[in-house]
Amino acid sequence: MTLTVILLLIIAALVGSLYMGYGYHRLRRPVVLGAGVGAVAGVLGALLFMLPLNFCTFEPERAILDVGIGILLMGTGMGVVLFSAHWLSRYFLAKGKDKPVLTGDRVQGGFNTSVLIPLVLLIPTLIILTLFLYYPAIDLFRLSTLLARLNTPRTVFRCVDNFSQILDPQFSIVTIGAIILSIVLVVGIAYIQRIGETRNNPLYNTMRSLVTPTLLVLLLSITVDLFAPDYRPVVYNTFFIAGWTVILGILLGLAVAYLVFQPVKGAAIYRTLLIWPYAISPAVAGIIFFLMFDPLNGIINHLLSLIGIQGPNWIKDPWLAKWTIIIASVWKTLGYNILFCLAGLQNISKELQEAAAIDGANAWQRFWNVVFPGMTPILFFLLITNITFAFFEMFGTIDFLTKGGPAGATTTMIYEVYTLGIIEGDLGKAAAQSLVMFVMVIGITIFQFRTSGEKVSYGA
Amino acid sequence: MTALTQTYAPEKKKNANSWLPQRWYLHILLWITCFIISFPLLYAVIVATQTNDEVVRYQVTPGSSFDTNWETVMITRKLGSYMVNSTVQAIIVTVGKTVLSLLAGLAFVYFRFPGKWLVFGFVLMTLMMPTELLIIALFRFVSGLGWGDTMAAITVPFLASATGAFLFRQHFSNIPAELSEAAQLDGANPLQFLFRILIPISWNTIGALAVIQFIYVWNMYLWPLLIIRDERAQVVQVGLGSLRNIDTTLTYGPLMLAAVVTSIPPVIVFILLQKQFMSGFAITRDK
Repeated sequence: MTLTVILLLIIAALVGSLYMGYGYHRLRRPVVLGAGVGAVAGVLGALLFMLPLNFCTFEPERAILDVGIGILLMGTGMGVVLFSAHWLSRYFLAKGKDKPVLTGDRVQGGFNTSVLIPLVLLIPTLIILTLFLYYPAIDLFRLSTLLARLNTPRTVFRCVDNFSQILDPQFSIVTIGAIILSIVLVVGIAYIQRIGETRNNPLYNTMRSLVTPTLLVLLLSITVDLFAPDYRPVVYNTFFIAGWTVILGILLGLAVAYLVFQPVKGAAIYRTLLIWPYAISPAVAGIIFFLMFDPLNGIINHLLSLIGIQGPNWIKDPWLAKWTIIIASVWKTLGYNILFCLAGLQNISKELQEAAAIDGANAWQRFWNVVFPGMTPILFFLLITNITFAFFEMFGTIDFLTKGGPAGATTTMIYEVYTLGIIEGDLGKAAAQSLVMFVMVIGITIFQFRTSGEKVSYGA
Repeated sequence: MTALTQTYAPEKKKNANSWLPQRWYLHILLWITCFIISFPLLYAVIVATQTNDEVVRYQVTPGSSFDTNWETVMITRKLGSYMVNSTVQAIIVTVGKTVLSLLAGLAFVYFRFPGKWLVFGFVLMTLMMPTELLIIALFRFVSGLGWGDTMAAITVPFLASATGAFLFRQHFSNIPAELSEAAQLDGANPLQFLFRILIPISWNTIGALAVIQFIYVWNMYLWPLLIIRDERAQVVQVGLGSLRNIDTTLTYGPLMLAAVVTSIPPVIVFILLQKQFMSGFAITRDK
């Protein structure tokens, strides 16, 4: 163990004791006890990833990037263990409103039987989740530190090399631009608020509405910038294709749902005719659009030629190939989006809309000020499910439409995991890329829990 | 909690929603939308009956080659055998997952046991682990079991899920507690309670989960592509790929016919169970 490691562990102990000491102070428990628990939890957290890795990132010959990854891993482990320790302390020590509420604890009209019965009921589920989700998840972590080839039993430990090969953080023009724009926005908004000219100020309103898109672009751009030049396009493709599919799919779904929600004869038949693509598989969507967008024999280019436009080569142009995938995926997800938007529209108060109509609001104002706010929980739910679809399920569409081409222009992260791990047989690197996606999924999940103050859930 | 889909039937009375003055206009808009959304499949159905020549001439009427295409798809390329595999797989997973989810939901709502929060958290955490993410490690593990090319490989890993368990947990916790108390007074044991009382009043939720699972399993592509290498054990979504190249040239008719035939079972299941799907999966907002 080098001096760096010892130093980092001391820092971990200090951060942990401060964090938990403060936590115990708020729980009205001895601060010293909290600090002690925190120090132990901090060190354990720092060791969580470092012990399996045998502190290899801090070996003297390691590059600065590897040391950075090592520190990041220590921090992540620390965060996980400290958060759990804090939560457990609150659960077991706190009383009243400080005690975390566990929805799982609720029991109604419970059976007074032996403990064995509920366990027997749960055991099949637990065994399957352990064997086919938890075990592979842990194995994925192990694989990501190995040089492992498909069909070759022998493996070699290679520390975090699988990760440092796909990471190479550097700022791009887009990121720098987004940073400058967000600084301008923040300063501008603060200035206008200070001089108090916020009412009916078009500049102020424009700046306010630009904040969220700018921050979103900044976040996506920084994420893309983290990766090495040969992996960066893959991340960019994923964000581009997923982003446009999700945005267009939800907006179109909402528009069509609003249209079919109008009182009209035969609405039930129209609804069925509109939502059935939900049942079509991503692979079949890929096959049908493969024919429709065929540059020579496809119907789309034929229709374009009828109005005098020379149809482009959809599949061979890097930019158009992405859009072909997006169009096919929007079509495939539209039924699902319409379905849930319809369910959401049914929950919006008719009285409120009628009141707005009496007050002279036009159709667009009613939609924007009454319907849309009422729809946000559903739209948020759709955002999360659509992102998940775009990240994972789209594989079938891509495999049938473009096979990830031309020249990798439609290779998304999941497609790259498949190509690298199964076709080329580099399991270690593919495992590392899977874990990168895992981090993104965890990020989305945390965002979901944080932002949904009004919890959206699906269930009867 | 408010169930949103109680009023799924079309509204009859005129209300503030009717922002289009004349109804015929709305009908035309709806017809155009339905046509655009259905266009890819209509086109596929027409091409499915055509020869390559007819496809290239953009003939809009059904072609002359349905028999030949059908023979290519069903006899030469054995789509039927893929369909059988997919059907068996979808039924096993749908039934298995529904049963295991019912049992888990029962345990979560009607029992008190030590460490319940831990078990609950253990199941909850799996929401963050989509199978696709773990595919590399899962592939190694399942091949290591010697399950390559077997029905077990494409069914067993999908028999349990957090989504199913939580769907029933939420459904059961909205049922009044008096029901289970009355059942216990009558001397019912937990399984009798499940089969005599809970299941009969839960058909909508069961139907909703069944639709979702059937479509999910039927449309599964990446996992069978990896784990099944033997043609005879392959599922239909992957089997479609073999129709891309026939006699070295691409023939559109059989490919489209196969795509259409493949889509029939999930579309039928979806349309038949649409009502259950909507009411069972009613979106709820709870604080």
